[in-house]
Amino acid sequence: MYSQGLNDKNLETAETPEFLAAFQARIDADEKIEPNDPMPEAYRKTLIRQIGQHAHSEIVGMLPEANWITRAPTLRRKTALLAKVQDEGGHGLYLYSAAETLGVSREQMTEELLSGKAKYSSIFNYPTVSWADMGAIGWLVDGAAIMNQVPLCRCSYGPYARAMIRVCKEESFHQRQGYELMISLCMGAPAQKDMAQDALNRWWWPSLMMFGPPDGDSLHSDQSAAWKIKRFTNDELRQKFIDATVKQAEHLGLTVPDPDLVWNEAKNNGNGGYDFGEIDWNDFWKVVKGHGPMNKDRIAARTRAWEEGAWVREAALAYAEKQKHHTAQQAQG
Amino acid sequence: MANEALVTQLIRLADDHLILGHRLSEWCGHAPMLEEDLAMPNIALDLLGQARALYTYAGAVENKGRDEDAIAYNRIEREYTNLLLCERANGDFAHTMLRQLFFSLFMHNFWQAALSSSDETVAAIAGKAVKESDYHVRHTAQWVIRLGDGTEESAERTAQALRQLTPYLKELFEADDIALLCTDEKWLPNPAVLEAAWKDEVTQIFNQAKLLLPDYELGQSGGRQGRHTESMGYLLTELQFMQRSYPNMQW
Repeated sequence: MYSQGLNDKNLETAETPEFLAAFQARIDADEKIEPNDPMPEAYRKTLIRQIGQHAHSEIVGMLPEANWITRAPTLRRKTALLAKVQDEGGHGLYLYSAAETLGVSREQMTEELLSGKAKYSSIFNYPTVSWADMGAIGWLVDGAAIMNQVPLCRCSYGPYARAMIRVCKEESFHQRQGYELMISLCMGAPAQKDMAQDALNRWWWPSLMMFGPPDGDSLHSDQSAAWKIKRFTNDELRQKFIDATVKQAEHLGLTVPDPDLVWNEAKNNGNGGYDFGEIDWNDFWKVVKGHGPMNKDRIAARTRAWEEGAWVREAALAYAEKQKHHTAQQAQG
Repeated sequence: MANEALVTQLIRLADDHLILGHRLSEWCGHAPMLEEDLAMPNIALDLLGQARALYTYAGAVENKGRDEDAIAYNRIEREYTNLLLCERANGDFAHTMLRQLFFSLFMHNFWQAALSSSDETVAAIAGKAVKESDYHVRHTAQWVIRLGDGTEESAERTAQALRQLTPYLKELFEADDIALLCTDEKWLPNPAVLEAAWKDEVTQIFNQAKLLLPDYELGQSGGRQGRHTESMGYLLTELQFMQRSYPNMQW
């Protein structure tokens, strides 16, 4: 019901070596690929997977923060949090629309999310147990998301690149808002600072995992880089995030929960960077495979919203049909 | 004395908006479709904005050093004076839309009348709120019509929502001495005077939604005196969670 009619087009392309070379030449010339342009099937599939996964992350990502809207401690914070969660819904909407230009419907994508076939960012499978988590998510999770997403503004697929420009502007605002919340906690009473430290302890490692597995283990990196869907490797982005964020933690007077964290002058071609401890990839894969603390709850919440909303969507369609029929009758009469 | 009446009446109005905004925000992330996951928080944000303006102004008129948060968060249940309609649990989507339509239609007329308030701040708040409530009425009326005249199931759910909400309509139009004093001073409109127009508008929408507005004379009241339904305590438990767990801190 949400597809935009592009699915009807004959999107089959004969993927001869000449066709693939011509496509790659367009990418190499930094041309944007648009919805009606011929493209290799694998390029289309990669984008559908990636944009869909991104859209699902926005939608599932509403849940951990929505968990605190009714408990936000001031009206100003409540307003900001509600607006932020609403922005995430908005990002989901543009991203689903961008994916729809590749010939997949929002309904199909939703069904794949609910069946477990499509993934979303694992970070949202951790619980939000204190008010400080609203700060830590903005600061760390949105901060990591920005590192991942800013390069996507230059992605070769036009609709995705354009959606990402707006998404990144809003994410950057959320990140500053989250950091400002952390500042208010760190300048507050000891109980507030403890809450902030506890949130950093819980969100630090999952945030580093947001960049995905180490480059050697990443399934999709090489081809995505050639197609200019992905412009930096997981490890490059992770390093950039750590280098930016450790200083921010110091400014807050908080301790990054990594005893191996140490400045290394030689890193980043002599510009310096942090060496850091081993990431627990077993934990990462456990959560990716559905065994994180909140995986089942998140999907259950989305499934409930989808199933309990079915009668509303059906009513809207039935009403629209009746109106169409009514208008047609009037035109005849 | 007169100022006290204004403070009381402003807090009553602010409570309506805070509490209904709270209920609406409970939907966030759980709506029947993504568009409604944007629309409901949008309406909740408007209600919250109106509540903040009203609390802030009530605090200023009262002049005892209470800011918006002190009034919004630091009271016991008996001191909250919202309409019972606003605190009713969300129920299903039909119940939520119908509850919002009843309230927004009332408030749209209320703000329209308040545009000519003799109090400049009230008139300014009304100037912004009248535009917002106009959108709330349009959005919720469209849904009530679609659901009322959609499928058999949606029609039955809408009729059921109407039966559940009917007892809370009468209270919208109650005007006690405090409300009337504010009316005499031309600060705020008299809710009782707004009833005829509200009924006409509901009836027009209901004609399209294939619903009939029942007699609501035997309805409940007590919200304006701080006598609430059983669900209010749970709502406040969430709203005041941080103040109760960590008293007297800055956030």
